[in-house]
Amino acid sequence: MFGETLDVGIGNCLDKFGREIDLGFPCGPKIEDLAKKGTQYLGLPYSIKGMDLAFSGLLTAAENYVRHGKRIEDVCYSLQETTFAMLTEVTERAMAHTEKQEVLLGGGVASNTRLRDMVQTMARDRGAHFFVPSKDVCVDNGAMIAWLGFLMYESGLRMSLDESLINQRFRTDMVEVTWRD
Amino acid sequence: MTKKILYRGAEAEIRLSEYMGKTVVLKQRVKKAYRIKEIDRHLIAYRTKEEAKLIAEARSYGVSVPLLYDVDLTKGAITMEYLAGSRVKDILNGLEESERKRICFKIGESIARLHNHDIIHGDITTSNMIFLHDRIHLIDFGLGCKNSELEAKGVDLHVLMEAFESTHSKYAHCFDYVIEGYSKKFQGDSSAVVKKIEEIVRRGRYR
Ligand SMILES: Nc1ncnc2c1ncn2[C@@H]1O[C@H](COP(=O)(O)OP(=O)(O)O)[C@@H](O)[C@H]1O
Ligand SMILES: [Mg+2]
Repeated sequence: MFGETLDVGIGNCLDKFGREIDLGFPCGPKIEDLAKKGTQYLGLPYSIKGMDLAFSGLLTAAENYVRHGKRIEDVCYSLQETTFAMLTEVTERAMAHTEKQEVLLGGGVASNTRLRDMVQTMARDRGAHFFVPSKDVCVDNGAMIAWLGFLMYESGLRMSLDESLINQRFRTDMVEVTWRD
Repeated sequence: MTKKILYRGAEAEIRLSEYMGKTVVLKQRVKKAYRIKEIDRHLIAYRTKEEAKLIAEARSYGVSVPLLYDVDLTKGAITMEYLAGSRVKDILNGLEESERKRICFKIGESIARLHNHDIIHGDITTSNMIFLHDRIHLIDFGLGCKNSELEAKGVDLHVLMEAFESTHSKYAHCFDYVIEGYSKKFQGDSSAVVKKIEEIVRRGRYR
């Protein structure tokens, strides 16, 4: 596994920011809309450690901009541009390191058009193929969870409805992989 | 004069070139179309400057790094010594275990020398180490910084641990040899750094 967050995840980061400035739920699409009206880039800390990322410093800085009366559209624009550039950079570094020519975007924030554009541009410039599920199945990690379920089913795993539940603490590296050697 | 591209990395193109009659490496950071120009310009200039500064400083502390010949911040280019050795990434898996152990020990010693002076490399992977004349040379300091905090040292080594787990997964235990070498040369409390690495791993799991 490459490129993990060292503090908060990107979805969480956007939600926290949205809550802080009372955007109302769901924050992601609201931030995306506001960002489209941003015109000025406000500098934010860009924090990459090897392949890992840190967002909390940047989140505090963005909240401070709002507190000091900067245009909310500009803060959202700067927040998106910075965090997504970090994500895209780490993705590109992982692709270069593993010498892969394909990239598949997943997760809730993958429904963000700007992020999709950035990763697609990166892939194009590397001569790599870019894939992303349609937006409606990105929400709440839908496509990712469904695909995992499919792989589990194919490899013979069965569970009853009672055993199928939501576990917020479940982590990607806790999945027992039985479909690869 | 500029020759063909030796290597196209994630953020830079590495070319063999000539400088005052010598074969040298030209590292050129390239523009990224996916990010806005404000971020692009800042990152290219900042990382070129940091990389040159940290390489020079590391050398002054006896860490093996390439010699610097020229730095151009606006172009984002560094001209440096060509280290005609092997990337550790490419040779490590094929070595005898005893030799692998010896090399990993040396890696740990080099990192400790950096950390003794609060130099954080920022991207310690085996792609960024060149083995030459029986020495580990560290390159690619663009994500580095000066930082005296324990956390920074822990994160720095954690990056290498992850690199071992992914690129050298059969030899992930060799990270222990790195820590042995590190502990020997590190002037601070290396057990505190090891604890920090463990804490970072735990934090990752329960986030
Ligand atoms: N001074 C050098 N001597 C020899 N090879 C080098 C030198 N600098 C870079 N390289 C080669 O180019 C590759 C990429 O350089 P690096 O500085 O790590 O850039 P990137 O940021 O793209 O990873 C290295 O892995 C190494 O193989
Ligand atoms: Mg490198």
